[in-house]
Amino acid sequence: MSERPTEIKISGLGGQGVILSGIIIGKAHAIFDGRHATMTQAFGPEARGSACSSQVLLSDSRILYPYVTRPDVLVVMSQEAYTRFSPELNDDGTLLLEADLVKPGPLPPRLKAYSIPATRIAEELGRKLVLNIVMTGFFTAVTGLISGEAVRKAVADSVPPGTEKLNLAAFEKGFAYGKQLLTSGAGAPSLPGTYPLR
Amino acid sequence: MADALITADPKGTLTGAHYLDGDHACCEGALAAGCRFVAGYPITPSTEVIERFAARIPLIGGVFIQMEDELASSIAIYGAVWAGAKAMTVTSGPGFSLMMEHLGLGAMLETPCVFVNVQRGGPSTGLPTMPGQADMMQARWGSHGDYELITISPSSPQESFDFAIEAFNLSEKYRLPVILMLDECVGHMTEKVNIPPADEIKLYPRRYTACKPGEYLPFKPGPDMAPEMARAGQGYRFHITGLTHDEKGYPVMNHAAQERLVRRLVDKVRKRADDLVRVVEDGVEGAECVVVSYGITSRVASLAVQLARDEGLKVGHLMCKIVWPFPAGKIRALSGKVKSFVMPEMNYGQVVLELERVVCGRAKVALVGHGGGTVHDPREILKAIKESLL
Repeated sequence: MSERPTEIKISGLGGQGVILSGIIIGKAHAIFDGRHATMTQAFGPEARGSACSSQVLLSDSRILYPYVTRPDVLVVMSQEAYTRFSPELNDDGTLLLEADLVKPGPLPPRLKAYSIPATRIAEELGRKLVLNIVMTGFFTAVTGLISGEAVRKAVADSVPPGTEKLNLAAFEKGFAYGKQLLTSGAGAPSLPGTYPLR
Repeated sequence: MADALITADPKGTLTGAHYLDGDHACCEGALAAGCRFVAGYPITPSTEVIERFAARIPLIGGVFIQMEDELASSIAIYGAVWAGAKAMTVTSGPGFSLMMEHLGLGAMLETPCVFVNVQRGGPSTGLPTMPGQADMMQARWGSHGDYELITISPSSPQESFDFAIEAFNLSEKYRLPVILMLDECVGHMTEKVNIPPADEIKLYPRRYTACKPGEYLPFKPGPDMAPEMARAGQGYRFHITGLTHDEKGYPVMNHAAQERLVRRLVDKVRKRADDLVRVVEDGVEGAECVVVSYGITSRVASLAVQLARDEGLKVGHLMCKIVWPFPAGKIRALSGKVKSFVMPEMNYGQVVLELERVVCGRAKVALVGHGGGTVHDPREILKAIKESLL
């Protein structure tokens, strides 16, 4: 019997790069870490500006069922996506939030929630567009599901030619922010009715 | 394949490990197989195949034409094939319906080419962005008249790549259109795809005649019932038509000519059906119940089979990669030994009819069917396995 894959959903507004984030995470795990990753995306009327998601399954063995049904990790980059997708999250799952764009409601006690001002960090780097890569770096550091080295290679391999340096800088910012958060303990499991904003 | 094979052109072969969806992988398989002409009309969820082809082909050398519709797409590829190219067209259900007339013409003209149908929920325009497997009988019988074609159904991006190559190979070997039936889930699912070096990809070359131009008969069957083609522009003058024809290719409309031609079109597949078995067997020996599946449903069914085995049930799994011709010999051999067959498919009962026909009452046959829109819940398949063993 193969293990249940780790289920990840990356959500936000169409145009924020949630699909690219899913591709980078899947590619890092499947190609550069040599394991298995299946990515699917919700197609539909989702377009620029409305809630959309990409779904990635990570496993050490062959993945059979292709869809995410109950995410273990939910990445949220917009309030609308939070409203739509947060009820799906596993009770003891991990919630990663864009700090300025998402204000979560009461959270289940065993849930681990972490937030990062990814848009602000991206703006400081000079391109708001790279917020998804900041978020991907944050995801990599906080979840520890994929090696940083694999994700760096996947970022360089997936972004438009000529933008590698900027995107890798965005990755490092998000990665460092996550590592620092874990060390400081500020992202400890939240209490009911609170959310751990740093 | 006993015939002399050639290796792929490195120019069209994107050797390496890639993270691709099934549509993109299908395109890469076609390119590796030597496909240098695609005519298509975009339709969800197949569009990515032609998008990639349109982007890649100028760098490799070849032609992509976005045609005015699916009728034009499916006839343009025949022009390209008879002129010497390997060609395919790509569509989804509504477009596949429009291509039916030409699919039959392809069978009649024995034109080697590939039709890709990335299935979505139907009928009509149905569910453009969601999977279905309800065009399987259409692939088998959709055009009028009697004919046999080959239909392949991959279950992953890797298989979309691998079987796109096999589709082209079989089309050349059997001289007919081969239908590659993906579905939206496989088409839009991204996974690792390993593309081998070009010299490890074996291709079945087009069989050109060695006859002198004046002696060439375009529909004279070879030893394996398939005729040879002529190189265009080398002085061969011949005629091809959708009307019943003789070996010269000219219309002869009587019972004897019909019997000779159409029986051969059917027999060149039916009589070699044992060469066309592509199944993956998992624990079939000694099983009391065998799950028979194809396409994306094979993966979900694998999960159900694991769940059943966890409960101590003796369950085997037969995953069909080539669906048409149906692996009747395999099924027949099993039908006296097992209590039941369970077939999940994303329709309300299509390939299961063929399963029932072959099993012929010697075991229970249960369908787990739904209309598409998502893949099966493995628990539904598990439930059917258990009920079939009661």
